[in-house]
Amino acid sequence: MQSNGEFAIQARGLTRRFGALVAVNEVDLNVPTGKIYGFLGPNGSGKSTTIRMLCGLLTPSSGQASVLGLDAGKDSEALKQQIGYMTQRFSLYEDLSVRENLQFIGEVYAIPRRERRGRMDELLSRFRLTGRERQRAGTLSGGQKQRLALAAATMHRPNLLLLDEPTSAVDPSNRRDFWESLFELTEQGTTILVSTHYMDEAVRCHNLAILDRGVKVADGSPRSLGENIATNVIEVQADDIDAAHLALHGVPQIVSLTRLGTRLRAQLPKHISEPAAIVARALRHAGIAAEVDRVFPDIEDIFVAVTELRETRPGTTEAVDS
Amino acid sequence: MKSLIRIFAIMHKELLQLSRDRLTFGMIVGIPLIQLLLFGYAINTDVRNLTAAYVDEADSHLSRQLIADLGATQVVVLRQRVANVGELVQLLDAGAISVGVAIPDDFDRRVISRDRPALQLLVDGTDPIILGVAEGLAAIPLRFDSQSGLQPRQRMVEVRNYYNPERRSAVNIVPSLVGVVLTMTMVLFTGVAIVRERERGNLELLINTPVRTVELMLGKIVPYIVIGLIQLVIILAVGRVIFSVPIMGSEWQVLLAALIFISANLSLGLLISTVAATQFQAMQMTFFFFLPSILLSGFMFPFEGMPEIAQGIAEVLPLTHFNRLIRGIVLRGAEVSMMMQEIFALAAFTAIALTLAVLRFSKRLD
Repeated sequence: MQSNGEFAIQARGLTRRFGALVAVNEVDLNVPTGKIYGFLGPNGSGKSTTIRMLCGLLTPSSGQASVLGLDAGKDSEALKQQIGYMTQRFSLYEDLSVRENLQFIGEVYAIPRRERRGRMDELLSRFRLTGRERQRAGTLSGGQKQRLALAAATMHRPNLLLLDEPTSAVDPSNRRDFWESLFELTEQGTTILVSTHYMDEAVRCHNLAILDRGVKVADGSPRSLGENIATNVIEVQADDIDAAHLALHGVPQIVSLTRLGTRLRAQLPKHISEPAAIVARALRHAGIAAEVDRVFPDIEDIFVAVTELRETRPGTTEAVDS
Repeated sequence: MKSLIRIFAIMHKELLQLSRDRLTFGMIVGIPLIQLLLFGYAINTDVRNLTAAYVDEADSHLSRQLIADLGATQVVVLRQRVANVGELVQLLDAGAISVGVAIPDDFDRRVISRDRPALQLLVDGTDPIILGVAEGLAAIPLRFDSQSGLQPRQRMVEVRNYYNPERRSAVNIVPSLVGVVLTMTMVLFTGVAIVRERERGNLELLINTPVRTVELMLGKIVPYIVIGLIQLVIILAVGRVIFSVPIMGSEWQVLLAALIFISANLSLGLLISTVAATQFQAMQMTFFFFLPSILLSGFMFPFEGMPEIAQGIAEVLPLTHFNRLIRGIVLRGAEVSMMMQEIFALAAFTAIALTLAVLRFSKRLD
């Protein structure tokens, strides 16, 4: 399989089994160069396993991956000079200071001494760690730890960054900062593959793959994902939202009903025409005053549509047809 | 060049972490000191002052003379006199005495006619060392009163004590203790070295860098070689000051022997580190190795006295070879060149353990 400049990562049929468990099942990937590519999925969906296969830490049971034009399985040592990897758990040395950690990473990548100094200062200021150089990494806050880890992962100017749930232990404002840093990196041409289980982070990605129990159930830009799901999304606003919820619960065409505060979002299969009318009629029947609109699916709708409805869809369709 | 930089990176990091780990730092100095004082004073195969009791049914001049002679040897301390042999056995059963002396009422006649043993020693034989010492008592000449004219018999064999004329156990213990302490600390330190990184999650980061397995192993070993040498100096220096154990051979010979022995232990530690899943397991494995090392290496019991199987096991243990080397150099002033087979054995052990460790360690998670 030949990779060109267009894609930083290309994978075909990537599969990994642990005994009887299939952690990653026949995943195909095309990660464009210089973009942020997201893996969205719940815990245990195979995100970490896929990332580990892509950086050569795990050998695929079958299938193959070409990363930066190199075979992730065979050329993993050559690959290591070119990729930066950030583990899910903080994996720098907690008993070393911020500067000592960066220095260690710099030495391990054999960055020449003179260049190393400048690079460290640059990273410390970019990731706002200046003034904390002498602090032990173990005493940093969650956000600071993540910034330090990202600084370490980018020390050797990798072309590709693989980030495994980098923000799972970080508060929202720090998460936003972290993502700003990621965008800065892509502006310099770095490709980033990031896994997350946060919906708001997923929409920030240029491209997105949704994983569910080891299977890639959808991929594309957040916009195209919304256009391509198999359902229409109807939003309901009502004063008595509980009653509306109850009234819509029995409507056979509705395959998913999610409550969001004072609103409801219902999903109906695409082949059903006039979905808004069906919902409005059901509410009127129950004597509930409500505002009903057809809306563009947000990331949560997409996620529900491609994961939860994946298995129930055939049964539901049958029910609708009869 | 890059390889050297990476090895130095690991070494540097290891030393930094070590300097911050007070417990380990304390162990480096504390273990040799404590062990030296403990073993140096406590282990004494030169047995004296065994508690004893006696029955003197003869109560003659000759028997009283014998009791006085026994007491004068200082091997036994005759704490009490009991009325009959039965009481003596009771004391022995109770563990109150280690040796019982039973003098029968016809003691004088037995001594003169020499047809039967004149007296009995009842010995707690559960400890072979005590048994051996008590048997030595049997060689005490029975002195008749002056007019008997019988001279104590001349001994057939004369023993000349080389290297340790004062018969002090510390002379034997201190040099061997170098090996025991190094086995314990070196294997343990490197045994947990890689496991700790795995447990703390550092390893996943480390194996994603260009660091090669051999570089990682060397970077982990070298700092501990220095630490091992520090321990060596502590033990020999303190051994000299407190227990007056001189170093007969050259210091360079000691250094050479110690270097290769330390490498052997560190390599084994690394191998353990690649097998163990947790630090606790690494410690268990270290202990599993440490115990036979102490018991079979000749540190506790003379190698020659052990059954062949035990000797075979002992030949595999680095401590056995190091004991021979260090005792030779420190006590007998020998040179390493006279004991090359021990050096070869240690070198072979190092090479095998290190190779296995490098082979076992995978830069992958599967």
